[in-house]
Amino acid sequence: MNIDSIQNGIVIDHIKAGSAMVLYDLLHLDTLDVSVAIIKNVNSRKMGKKDIIKIDADIPVDLDVIGYVDPDATINVIKNGVLAEKKSLSLPQTLTNVLRCKNPRCITSCEQELPHVFRLTDEKTKQYRCIYCETKANG
Amino acid sequence: MRSVIDILDLSVEELDELLAVAQDIIDNPEKYQNACAHKKLATLFFEPSTRTRLSFEAAMYELGGNVLSVTGGNTSSVAKGESVADTAKTVSCYADIIAMRHPKEGAALVAANNASIPVINAGDGGHCHPTQTLADLLTIKREKGGFDGLTIGLCGDLKFGRTVHSLINAMSRYRDIRFILVSPEELKLPSYVKNETLKKYGLPYVQTNDLLEHLPEMDVLYMTRVQRERFFNEEDYLRLKDTYVLTPDKLKTAKSDLCIMHPLPRVNEISVAIDNDPRACYFKQVLNGKYMRMALILKLLKEAAV
Repeated sequence: MNIDSIQNGIVIDHIKAGSAMVLYDLLHLDTLDVSVAIIKNVNSRKMGKKDIIKIDADIPVDLDVIGYVDPDATINVIKNGVLAEKKSLSLPQTLTNVLRCKNPRCITSCEQELPHVFRLTDEKTKQYRCIYCETKANG
Repeated sequence: MRSVIDILDLSVEELDELLAVAQDIIDNPEKYQNACAHKKLATLFFEPSTRTRLSFEAAMYELGGNVLSVTGGNTSSVAKGESVADTAKTVSCYADIIAMRHPKEGAALVAANNASIPVINAGDGGHCHPTQTLADLLTIKREKGGFDGLTIGLCGDLKFGRTVHSLINAMSRYRDIRFILVSPEELKLPSYVKNETLKKYGLPYVQTNDLLEHLPEMDVLYMTRVQRERFFNEEDYLRLKDTYVLTPDKLKTAKSDLCIMHPLPRVNEISVAIDNDPRACYFKQVLNGKYMRMALILKLLKEAAV
C-alpha cells in the first residue's frame, strides 16, 4: 500500500497498533482542512505492527497528548521533503482538557468553565488523577 | 499564596510546628488574644456544618480577629449561579483569609487557585477535611503522648469517610504505625488509599469486618458515621448505617488507656453511655480542633504578610 510522502508536515510514527484513531480524536485532527493519512497495522520489524499518522501541514501538535497516548511514538517534522526534526516524547506530568473527570461529585461536574486537569500520580502504571477530586482517569 | 487544601500540603515539620503552637495557645491563651487583631476571616459554608464553622469562628475571635460569614448556598450569589472562582476573587477583596466548605470535591482548590488570600479547606464533599485531621492529631498527641508505635483502629465508613483518608495520610509519615481497618464490605477503604499510602509506605494493616476481635490491640479507636449525604441510594444507607455501634459492654476487652475518637456528629455509632468513660475523647477532639485552627490561621496569615 502506498501513501505519498509529504513535503511539509508531520509524521507521527511508531504508534502502538490500534492507537491511531484515539490520537486522531484527541488531537482534533478531524477539524483540520489539510490531508491527514491514518495508516493502521503497518508491518514493523521493531514493533510487529504499528500505526502511522501523516499530516500534510506543519501545524503545532500537542506533544503532551501524544505522550499520554503513546510515549514511545516518534514525531518527525518534514520540511521540503526531508526530515528536519525529530521530537522525543515522555509521559506528561499534567494533562489539561484532554481527559474529562467522570466523578459526579467533582467540582468540574457543575462548573462547566473549569479546565479538566489530570496529574500523573504513578508513572509505572501510567495512572492519572483529577487534580480536584483525585478520581482516576478512565476509572 | 499559601493555602491548605489537603493535609499533605503540610510537611511533618509544619505539623509539628502547628501542634507546638496549639499547645502553647492552650498553655498561654493571653499571649494570643490580639494576635489577629484587625484581620478578617471569611467563613464560606455552602454545606451544612455546625462544629467546623463555629470552631473556625471561635478560633478567629479568640485570636482577636473578626469574622465575615456566608452560610448555605441559597442565601448567597452562588444561588444566582456564581462560580467558586468568582466568589473567591470577590471575597479576597473583603477578608484576609478564607475557610470554605463546599459539597463538591475540589471546590477548595478552585477557590485557592483564584483567591489572592489564603484558603483553608473546611471540607470539600467526601474529599478532604484537613483541619479535622489537625484536630485528630492534636488529640492523639495529647492523649497518647506522641504518634510513634501506635495501633490505630478505624471503624465504620472507610470508603466515603474523608477524615479517615486524611488521618491515614497524615499518620503514615510517622514511625511504626499499624492500622486496623474495620468496615462492612461495601464501605471498605478505597484501593487507592491502600496502594498509594499504606502499601507505598509499607505500613502494616489488617482489614476486617469484626470490631470486637481486634479491639484489644488498639491504642486509638476512630469511629465514623455512615453519612447519608454520600449515598445516591437511600436503601444502601439504611442497610449499612447501624453496622457498628460502640457500647460499654463491647469496651470490656479494650485497653484501659484506649483513646476513643469520632469526628462528630455521631448518630448512634457510639452509645451516649460511653460519654462519661475516661477513654471517650471525642469532645476533647472538638476543643482541640479550635486550637489547631487557631494555630493554622496564625501560620497562614503570618506567611501571607511576608
